[in-house]
Amino acid sequence: MTEPFPPTSAIPVPVGSHGSASGGSTLLGYIGIDTIIEQMRKKTMKAGFDFNIMVVGHSGLGKSTLLNTLFKSQVSRRNAGWPRDEKIPKTVEIKSVSHVIEEGGVKMKLTVVDTPGFGDQINNDNCWEPISKYINEQFEKFLKEEVNITRKKRIPDTRVHCCIYFIPPTGHSLRQLDIEFMKRLSHSVNIIPVIAKADTMTIEERQEFKQRVRKELETSGVEFYPQKEFDDDMEDKSDNDKIRETMPFAVVGSDKEYQVNGKRVLGRKTAWGIVEVENSNHCEFAKLRDFLIRSHLQDLKEVTHNIHYETYRAKRLNENGGLHPISSNGTQESNL
Amino acid sequence: MLILHRKSVKKGFDFTLMVAGESGLGKSTLVNSLFLTDLHKDRKLLNAEERISQTVEITKHTVDIEEKGVKLKLTIVDTPGFGDAVNNSECWRPVTDYINQQFEQYFRDESGLNRKNIQDNRVHCCLYFIPPFGHGLRPVDIEFMKILQDKVNVVPLIAKADCLTPSEIKKFKERLREEIDKCGIKIYQFPDCDSDEDEDFKQQDRELKESTPFAVIGSNTVVEARGQRVRGRLYPWGIVEVENPAHCDFVKLRTMLIRTHMHDLKDITNDCHYENYRALCIQTMASKMNADKRVESPIPILPLSTPDVETENLIKKKDEELRRMQQMLQKMQQQMHEQDL
Repeated sequence: MTEPFPPTSAIPVPVGSHGSASGGSTLLGYIGIDTIIEQMRKKTMKAGFDFNIMVVGHSGLGKSTLLNTLFKSQVSRRNAGWPRDEKIPKTVEIKSVSHVIEEGGVKMKLTVVDTPGFGDQINNDNCWEPISKYINEQFEKFLKEEVNITRKKRIPDTRVHCCIYFIPPTGHSLRQLDIEFMKRLSHSVNIIPVIAKADTMTIEERQEFKQRVRKELETSGVEFYPQKEFDDDMEDKSDNDKIRETMPFAVVGSDKEYQVNGKRVLGRKTAWGIVEVENSNHCEFAKLRDFLIRSHLQDLKEVTHNIHYETYRAKRLNENGGLHPISSNGTQESNL
Repeated sequence: MLILHRKSVKKGFDFTLMVAGESGLGKSTLVNSLFLTDLHKDRKLLNAEERISQTVEITKHTVDIEEKGVKLKLTIVDTPGFGDAVNNSECWRPVTDYINQQFEQYFRDESGLNRKNIQDNRVHCCLYFIPPFGHGLRPVDIEFMKILQDKVNVVPLIAKADCLTPSEIKKFKERLREEIDKCGIKIYQFPDCDSDEDEDFKQQDRELKESTPFAVIGSNTVVEARGQRVRGRLYPWGIVEVENPAHCDFVKLRTMLIRTHMHDLKDITNDCHYENYRALCIQTMASKMNADKRVESPIPILPLSTPDVETENLIKKKDEELRRMQQMLQKMQQQMHEQDL
């Protein structure tokens, strides 16, 4: 942990190794603007942050296992008391479970939203509607808080920051349902497509499948996260381009450990070898984890707030010339 | 004896196998692995957009296979598009229509006057591919199998079994067997072997029955494993050998389908499924005849002319001969199979 630097000075003095100027005016001494990062960090640590992740895909694609593997704890709803063997629901249900995860002094309130029943019926027409409705309801909740006269200091954020869509590893191409879902929802939520149970495919098959999937997504006009149109600058674009070219990530999840080369690793033990989840030669789980948690977590929240939420807000405000109360308890909102 | 054997061998056998299940479950690869063919070499895979307007199709490929002088005319019936749409209500209909058509054709031929060269295009077995990604039977699986259980021998398989660990396979099989029982689905049952069979055969039969539904893997590629070139799949973490019984049930399926139960599958198709269809058909036609006087069916309910006694005897004798030859052939097939081991 770095300490704030030596006190500022307005007198021009020979600058040590701390002073630097890039563009703008030449600094005549050290001011200490860069400590803002440290201040933000401290605040975040104290306040903690919310992260809401939704998983969508039909039953048996390893959604719960992947979440548990990502957050190295039993965060899926299956471990929150719902039995594994429950029947497939007749309509899509939305079930959310929250956990507080703490690491290095930082607290994250992680909410996992599961969507059992998606794609499992014989007739899956409109099975995306309950999901779309849920996402919009969270936007509506936030909007209501925002337009209140007396607002909460920190509005509880239940908006879905990221939706991981599980593509079945058929090896052929996307299914109609996959395209329908992603087309309809890519404008209200950040969609991260992943290829589930990737240990079904050889490396060659995986590459071919990914290429086909990317092409189909492009042809269908589906913009998955990170969306090209939101790249801030060249650096962003180049980083994100690299990521977009390897997406969808082919993942394997596991909550079991095995001994490989003297180390204990998470994996799946088959009769012909052990699939190591965190081995980048075996699957892209590590890439997904780094992308989701270690580099783009904050960006996911920002895009949700600045873009998806704003789009929803603008639409709502333009409807019938104002905000109408539609809460179930009938409270009147102030007119905008 | 040798002459009889040569005669029916010369004629050859025919077998029609249907494969059903969603795309991407390895159906074509499995068929190629089973029969060492490359039936779908130039097949063009449709992308999702192209498949939007597609309905379930029925495609047929016929291939002649000869091994040790025995000819097999194998017909593979595929069902592309099955279960691929967003709304799959009644996606089984083209499948049942096809099966009924073959029954109807056979019925016509059987009732005709010249029955010397009847072609048996009836579907003798339907391999139904269950995805390994679920937790058990899905609604579409249950519906399909229930509708087809009275028309064809349904053999459910666990597809792409190389994504499951041994314990997951065991659990999945148990789960499937339970659910099949609970839903009352009548899948193809292996007949009990005769009490006079030797222990080895009985043991093999037991093992076969206990490992259903078979968890299969197929491959169109040859890999190097343990110093040999075998059909397999190469992963960074290991090599899956299709014909290794420790890796999957491919060998069991092949044994059952081709080497031991092909004949039984044909028999059951003939004695049960076809007879059901025939009885239903005759009933429907009879009631229709009573309902309206106009009879359009070309199938003669009453034969136009009764054959004379001499022809009848000849027909009976030929039937007997055929039955004896079939029995002889079964014994020979068994001997060949035992020699293979």
